Amino acid sequence: MLSEYFSAVDFLLLKPAILLTIFGIGVMLTDLLLDERQKYFNAVTALVGIGFAAVQMLRIQSQMREAGVSEVEAFRGAIVLDGLGIFFIWLFLISTAITILISFRYLEIENEHHGEYYAILLFATVGMIFLAIGMDLITLFVGLELMVLSIYILAGFLRGDRRSNEAAMKYLLLGAFSSGILLYGMSLLYGMSNSTNLRVIGSALSQRPLGDPLVIMAVVTIAAGLFFKIGAVPFHQWLPDVYEGAPHSVAAFMSVGPKVAAFALLLRLFLVPLGELREQWEPLLIGVAVATMTLGNLAAISQSNIKRMLGYSAISHVGYILLGLVAGNETGLKGIVIYLLVYVFMNLGIFTVVVAMRRRDLVGDEINDMAGLMHKSPVMAILSLIFLLSLAGIPPTAGFLGKYFIFLSLLETGHYTLAVIAVLYVAVAIYYYFRIVVVMFMQPPADQELPSMSLGIRCALGVTAAMTLFMGLYPEPFIQLATGPVLAILR
Amino acid sequence: MWLIPILPLLGAALNGLWGKRLPLRGIAAIAVGAVACSFLLALIACLSLGDATRMEVYFPWIAGADFQVDFNLYLDPLSAVMSLIVTGVGLLIHIYSIGYMSGEKGVHRFFAYMNLFLFFMLTLVLAGNYLLLLVGWEGVGLCSYLLIGYYFRREDAADAGKKAFIVTRLGDLGFLIGLILLYTTFGSLDYLVIFPEAAQFPVDSDGSGTLTLIGLLLLAGAVGKSAQIPLYVWLPDAMLGPTPVSALIHAATMVTAGVYIIARSSPIYVQAPEALMVVAVIGCITALYAATIGILQTDIKRILAYSTISQLGYMVMACGVGAFGAAVFHLMTHAFFKALLFLGAGSVIHAMGGEQDIRKMGGLRKKIPVTFWTFLFASLALIGAFPFAGFFSKDEILWRTFTSSTGGGRLLWVLALLTAGLTAVYIGRLVFLTFFGESRADPEVASHIHESPKVMTIPLIVLAVLSLIGGWIGWPRFLGGSNHFERWLEPALAAPAAAHAAGEESLEFLLMGLSLAVAALGVYIAYYLFLKRREAADRLAQASGGIYRLLLNKYYVDEIYRFLFVKPLVMGSTEVLWKTLDVGAIDGAVNLAARTTRSLGNALRKIQSGNIRSYAGWVVLGALLLIGFMVTAAS
Repeated sequence: MLSEYFSAVDFLLLKPAILLTIFGIGVMLTDLLLDERQKYFNAVTALVGIGFAAVQMLRIQSQMREAGVSEVEAFRGAIVLDGLGIFFIWLFLISTAITILISFRYLEIENEHHGEYYAILLFATVGMIFLAIGMDLITLFVGLELMVLSIYILAGFLRGDRRSNEAAMKYLLLGAFSSGILLYGMSLLYGMSNSTNLRVIGSALSQRPLGDPLVIMAVVTIAAGLFFKIGAVPFHQWLPDVYEGAPHSVAAFMSVGPKVAAFALLLRLFLVPLGELREQWEPLLIGVAVATMTLGNLAAISQSNIKRMLGYSAISHVGYILLGLVAGNETGLKGIVIYLLVYVFMNLGIFTVVVAMRRRDLVGDEINDMAGLMHKSPVMAILSLIFLLSLAGIPPTAGFLGKYFIFLSLLETGHYTLAVIAVLYVAVAIYYYFRIVVVMFMQPPADQELPSMSLGIRCALGVTAAMTLFMGLYPEPFIQLATGPVLAILR
Repeated sequence: MWLIPILPLLGAALNGLWGKRLPLRGIAAIAVGAVACSFLLALIACLSLGDATRMEVYFPWIAGADFQVDFNLYLDPLSAVMSLIVTGVGLLIHIYSIGYMSGEKGVHRFFAYMNLFLFFMLTLVLAGNYLLLLVGWEGVGLCSYLLIGYYFRREDAADAGKKAFIVTRLGDLGFLIGLILLYTTFGSLDYLVIFPEAAQFPVDSDGSGTLTLIGLLLLAGAVGKSAQIPLYVWLPDAMLGPTPVSALIHAATMVTAGVYIIARSSPIYVQAPEALMVVAVIGCITALYAATIGILQTDIKRILAYSTISQLGYMVMACGVGAFGAAVFHLMTHAFFKALLFLGAGSVIHAMGGEQDIRKMGGLRKKIPVTFWTFLFASLALIGAFPFAGFFSKDEILWRTFTSSTGGGRLLWVLALLTAGLTAVYIGRLVFLTFFGESRADPEVASHIHESPKVMTIPLIVLAVLSLIGGWIGWPRFLGGSNHFERWLEPALAAPAAAHAAGEESLEFLLMGLSLAVAALGVYIAYYLFLKRREAADRLAQASGGIYRLLLNKYYVDEIYRFLFVKPLVMGSTEVLWKTLDVGAIDGAVNLAARTTRSLGNALRKIQSGNIRSYAGWVVLGALLLIGFMVTAAS
């Protein structure tokens, strides 16, 4: 019966997502059997699930290589797995895995170690995967909602904490509001093309006359919805508040996974259906990118809460990444891909440090809580230095590589003013990142409480720091890696 | 082959990260083990090399659109010799350090730096392209800073570290520009691309071409690292580091980097005779100049430091007259005997409980016999006495200088011969004052004088044997040998187009006798003045008043530099950069930015109220803004 509509290939492509779902449900079930002290078992289960999904990805990739195809369609074009999708899925799997690693010790300290946490994390990952491979408005929107609904819950996971509750509520209301705007834009697209398939919409839009108000309306509303999700100015206001209130580990996850997923959606929408309208949205994008860099960098200066500061820093990074889309040539897209890759590792790295600062009786999210870290835990202080250097974009760390390609693409396409502005803001960024360094290295420790370490945190720190350094020192394989996804976009 | 440099790096990482928790024995085992393994690997690699050369490409390191550098290592006779010297002498110094550094604080840090130093030095000599060489080059500079400033609680040691770093930096700047010029000229930084192409260039006889410029710029780097005039000033001060460090930096590794780079770039230099001429002159003047200063120094390590500068001058001069093989030969023998001299000096200082002033020593011959005999061997090698190692290499250099086809070879030879005499004087003085005569030490100190432990004396003995026989592999032809060493090196080094005039053997014999006589005379002068008739030395000092003071104050070069460069720089930085630019412009700008940001932040804070309704309002407003923007842009 079913085979009339679906083929085996369809399910093969979905296997990673299916596995993650099964393991998510499994975590919830086994959680019932575990007593308080065995909760870490949930984390192990979730990691195993990610491991299975990763193995499945490898098999799909090798099958694609054997068949000699670079993209596979499924569900009648609703899902397309291409180089870009594969790249993003890997990023999601990595960021979820690292988030799980840094979570269990933290949740123990917070006394909120429940199995649902890992289950919801896996469900969010499933939603993100659909954002990466969806080629259909409905698939994409459902994926998006699955992801953000999961995040709403995670942001409020510390039920006893007022700030956490507030963050969740704020994010939920505003998120719903912005989803509404996005959905409105999507409905306009459907109205103009009579299809939900992005490719069909794209060819329908190219038939419309230039300056069609309906098209403008669609572009603007979709852009507004997407800008909200990635946290670009002027739709960024929820971001610092939510980062500050959400549990440390969830803030870490939000700053990478969902953000990268929103970028996947943004790239798909802007390059496939709206790709023909480039002249119309480019000035818009320039304005938003510059405003985003400006606000993110300037507002970060005066923050005393490290999570808030990292929130604003995340906003500024969004500005840089958007610049890659402004340039839009091969280097620019390569820059976006590399930047996202680099960003996942360095941002998770610094957030891991923040998570480790959560100690008994100490929330650990004030910059001053890092005072004298050099004396208490030199290894951690030096690793933080690496992450901060990378965030500021200083060679030989990976952050330089990402910025290098973005700036190069701006120069190649003649956006000299933009390049100058972007470079100037890097100088500002160095200032506020190094405030943390000063506190860590120059100030005496305020207390003797050591950072809370666990095997997971150690692994996470090791992996992120190693990647941050390695990508900076030996960039060649990663530049090669980025060409696959870029070719997929340009086709 | 890549294991050779990686092993010391591993050792450094282990000791650097976990050394604090290890006992001295463990730290030493890691450090020495790493170096020993890489020495063995280097030995195997060299033995299996034969007459061939090996280029191992590991992976593309940096690949831009039109800029490609591979990560590759290159093994030819030249880099083979260098890596053997570095690991071999480095190994002995490591073993010696176990004894010397026991009881110091932070030994793990010391060994980690030493291993790291060897890693960078090996990267430098084994690199297959100039960029990787630069990595080693800079790393060596960094490590020398760390090691010289090892006693960082002593202000003068920390300052000496800084001085070494900054002064060599000046040369590095030239070196870097040279590399960029190399790249723009040849489109690559790979040895195997550059050298054949350089050979195709017409000989740059009037000194106006690119090759001459490249040669001079590379020379600037070499001058900084190999402590030649005018950038030699860091080396004597660098003696404030622990003695094994002095031995490692100033005998076996860092300072030889400059000579190595000239020898390595020989295919470029032979096409640029004018640059070679400059190299020769700088080397010759440095050799003579440093030797004159060495005569009047009183600190045992400083004498050796000036001696190092002087001997490096010989090597650079040898390069300058196109005798690259002879330069590398002398580099090797010098590594043996100078490491031995430093380690011997360390042993003396150890015995004297930290005393470094040779005026307060004397009569140590009987009390520390092993140190004495090995030190004597090294000194004989230094003055070039037959059949010690220094004799062969130094004589080779003198001979090649004499017969050099470049103009002024004879003059250089005379100056070099004079230097040889002065060398004999200052090292003779050192030996006589330290080991002979009456003890001038405090009775308190004298009663504690003792021979160093075995772990220190065994490396001394090994080096002493090497100082004796190390030169025999380059036994010259006219004495019935065949000079294997330089023949083996030949494929790696270019020779100047105009071949040396085949000298007559009798003439070579005569010159050799002459240099031996000069050395003997030098020793006798030292014996007469500093052992037999000490009052004669004082009279001579008084008689020669001005010159004496000039030499004693090292030609006032430090003072001149301070007046010419340091003071204006400090003044400039204080008055202009700090007080005007920094306080006025930069701080002003920062304050302005901060004020603006703060007011902006206050405005933003009002917007960032945390109120959900206002946030939603902003989202709507933002969307309206975008629409307005698009509509105006479209119309």
